[in-house]
Amino acid sequence: MTAHTVFFDHNSTTALKPQVLEAMLPWLTAPTGNPTSRHVFGRNAREALELARKQVAECVGVQASQVIFTAGGTEANNFAVKGIASNLSPGQLLVSSIEHPCVARPAQSLAWQGWQVNQILVNSDGVIDLAQAEQAFQTRPGLASVMLANNETGAIQPVSTLAKLARAHGTVLHSDAVQAFGKIEVDMQTLGVHAMTLSSHKIGGPIGVGALIIDKRLDIGPLLHGGGQERGLRSGTENVAGIVGFARAAQLAMQSLASRGALVQGLRQQLEVGLHKLGATIFAAKAVRLGNTSFFAIPNIEGETLVTALDKAGFAVASGSACASDSTEPSQVLLAMGVAPDLARGAVRVSLSDSNTSDEITQFVAALQQQVQRLKGLSAVAA
Amino acid sequence: MSERKPIYLDYSATTPVDPRVAQKMIPYLTEDFGNPASRSHPYGWTAEHAVEDAREEVARLVNADPREIVWTSGATESNNLAIKGAAHFYAESKGKHIITLATEHKAVLDAVRELEREGFEATYLQPEPDGLLSLEKFKAAIRPDTVLASIMMVNNEIGVIQDMTALGDICRANNVIFHVDAAQATGKVIIDLETLPVDLMSFSAHKTYGPKGIGALYVRRKPRIRIEAQMHGGGHERGMRSGTLATHQIAGMGEAFRIAREEMASENERIRMLRDRLLNGLMQIEETYVNGDLDHRVPHNLNVSFNYVEGESLIMAIKDIAVSSGSACTSASLEPSYVLRALGRSDELAHSSIRFSIGRFTTEADVDYTIDLLKSKIDKLRELSPLWEMFKDGVDLSKVEWAEH
Repeated sequence: MTAHTVFFDHNSTTALKPQVLEAMLPWLTAPTGNPTSRHVFGRNAREALELARKQVAECVGVQASQVIFTAGGTEANNFAVKGIASNLSPGQLLVSSIEHPCVARPAQSLAWQGWQVNQILVNSDGVIDLAQAEQAFQTRPGLASVMLANNETGAIQPVSTLAKLARAHGTVLHSDAVQAFGKIEVDMQTLGVHAMTLSSHKIGGPIGVGALIIDKRLDIGPLLHGGGQERGLRSGTENVAGIVGFARAAQLAMQSLASRGALVQGLRQQLEVGLHKLGATIFAAKAVRLGNTSFFAIPNIEGETLVTALDKAGFAVASGSACASDSTEPSQVLLAMGVAPDLARGAVRVSLSDSNTSDEITQFVAALQQQVQRLKGLSAVAA
Repeated sequence: MSERKPIYLDYSATTPVDPRVAQKMIPYLTEDFGNPASRSHPYGWTAEHAVEDAREEVARLVNADPREIVWTSGATESNNLAIKGAAHFYAESKGKHIITLATEHKAVLDAVRELEREGFEATYLQPEPDGLLSLEKFKAAIRPDTVLASIMMVNNEIGVIQDMTALGDICRANNVIFHVDAAQATGKVIIDLETLPVDLMSFSAHKTYGPKGIGALYVRRKPRIRIEAQMHGGGHERGMRSGTLATHQIAGMGEAFRIAREEMASENERIRMLRDRLLNGLMQIEETYVNGDLDHRVPHNLNVSFNYVEGESLIMAIKDIAVSSGSACTSASLEPSYVLRALGRSDELAHSSIRFSIGRFTTEADVDYTIDLLKSKIDKLRELSPLWEMFKDGVDLSKVEWAEH
């Protein structure tokens, strides 16, 4: 059923790489111990786990002990925000206005503990307004969180500059690098952040695994209490197969970073030339963006309607972030950029991978043109 | 040089993934890789179907409504979510006192400790020497401000089954939320949430031949139980637990629970015979004590203390079998098991205890080999033991006054 659909929704999730499955299978099909057990089944599982930790660490330029595995990006973001806040006295908490809900909502949840949540704003290109950020850091917030690349627009944020600001004001800075990791170079040292979130299933690894990368001196409390796994910072029997798969996917992503980047950027350029001809507005077009992401709207056409029409035509795209796909509210990210709500309701996201082809883009642009003409015709009749 | 694999008798620590479960998972790791939350294309729909089918399978095993099942990353998360989530939600209306059992899993004990740090009060009830909780003690512990009780169904170390119906009835009568950690119970005892007076129940996949890293929390709808989310974000799982659902993991848990439902009756019979065979064999060894009640106990578990044997030496001597000398989650430490200590066992007996846990792939030959191994190794260790010699000479060791160093 899904075989005929062209998949253009890789920021939502992406296919598992065959080499990743190969790495995982022994840990699913052969008896695998509990990594806490002392017998050989447990020790083998522990060894695989620690090797995976080292591999993930190498991908982001840290030591293995700085990698805390979680059940995904959402957990890692919750862990970062709440875990860091739990060891600080309540004060100012800064989050950008374009954060994923799994950063924004845990931040809001801290309000009842006495935290005051303030926003760092973005400009019309979807990029952090550094002048405003500088002001915001003057209040010496205890914790700040700014994502490295936005999941909807793909706009890359000036995180290393913010990290310098944060360190100058004694602020702990966390960055959600879920969308950036595997698409651009993500080096903890260069970024200068205190904590950073990674996710497996956005880079060709399995769903249900992620990590929080932490500065060695970071004071952070656990979100999940129990058996004391992950040096007491994340209890629960480790998902050995998933973690092994995550590490393999991370290695593969790093190996092909440059070649994939060039490929998808070429495809996106082809796409956006077509989009311009159709009169589309491309959001964050002036920003430095992830090479695979294009977020656009055709004026006077509802995004939801277009996405459904495109699905029938055999193209899987998104109208916003998948997590919020239930809602028909215009994208919060676009509103934060000052995009008019009417135009924001038209938003469609295409997110590519190196598995996509130039032919698919050509077909997509043709299908889009057809649907746009049809939908405009319908609305003309309705008028 | 590859080490020869010992016989696996540690099914309570984790179980191998059943081959049928692995087969069920693989399609969702390959062609059907969609994000179940993607509503705009068939990749998402296929994944969502798989998630909902699995939810139904999990619900069927415990006779619940699928809408009462919330996916988590495992029993640790389920326990944390249930305990903190319910305590936070009901603290204002009911109070800030929690009751639990000293022999609970660390995930329950540490979640309760965390609440204590936040200003809750907790009562840790001691079990009877057989591991069972006295209903009278439980009733007596309830206070007007008791908000939540958390009592496990099956203990991970000694396998004893608590009286869920009686405990739940007491909770109902006193308007106390009742959470049950059933990580060690699924596929081993019948769980009928239609009749059991339980409000919240934690499940794990990897103790029931499913994958590691996936679990579920049952949250009763009638009467409706509310919990405060511990993981915020995209609003998945009706807002109770955000995070992209791991389709392959969930499909695996569903299949594991389907197999458990269909096969547990016959499987438990077979496992009980093996356990009794093991028990009879080991009881031929002198000075051997079973930990925990034998009647109210899952057939899979046998926890035995071998007196006059030093625990570490015993573990080293029986490397041909993979067993646990305590709960897996604490076996890295050399502290005696807190569960056995709570039963009143001495440090020595607690240290020289072994948990044998039998499962789907254990054979009669495995059991016989284990009995022979234990017999010969314990004989050897005792031959070297001055304490054993004194015991055999009729010296009452408890009366011996040891010289100070």
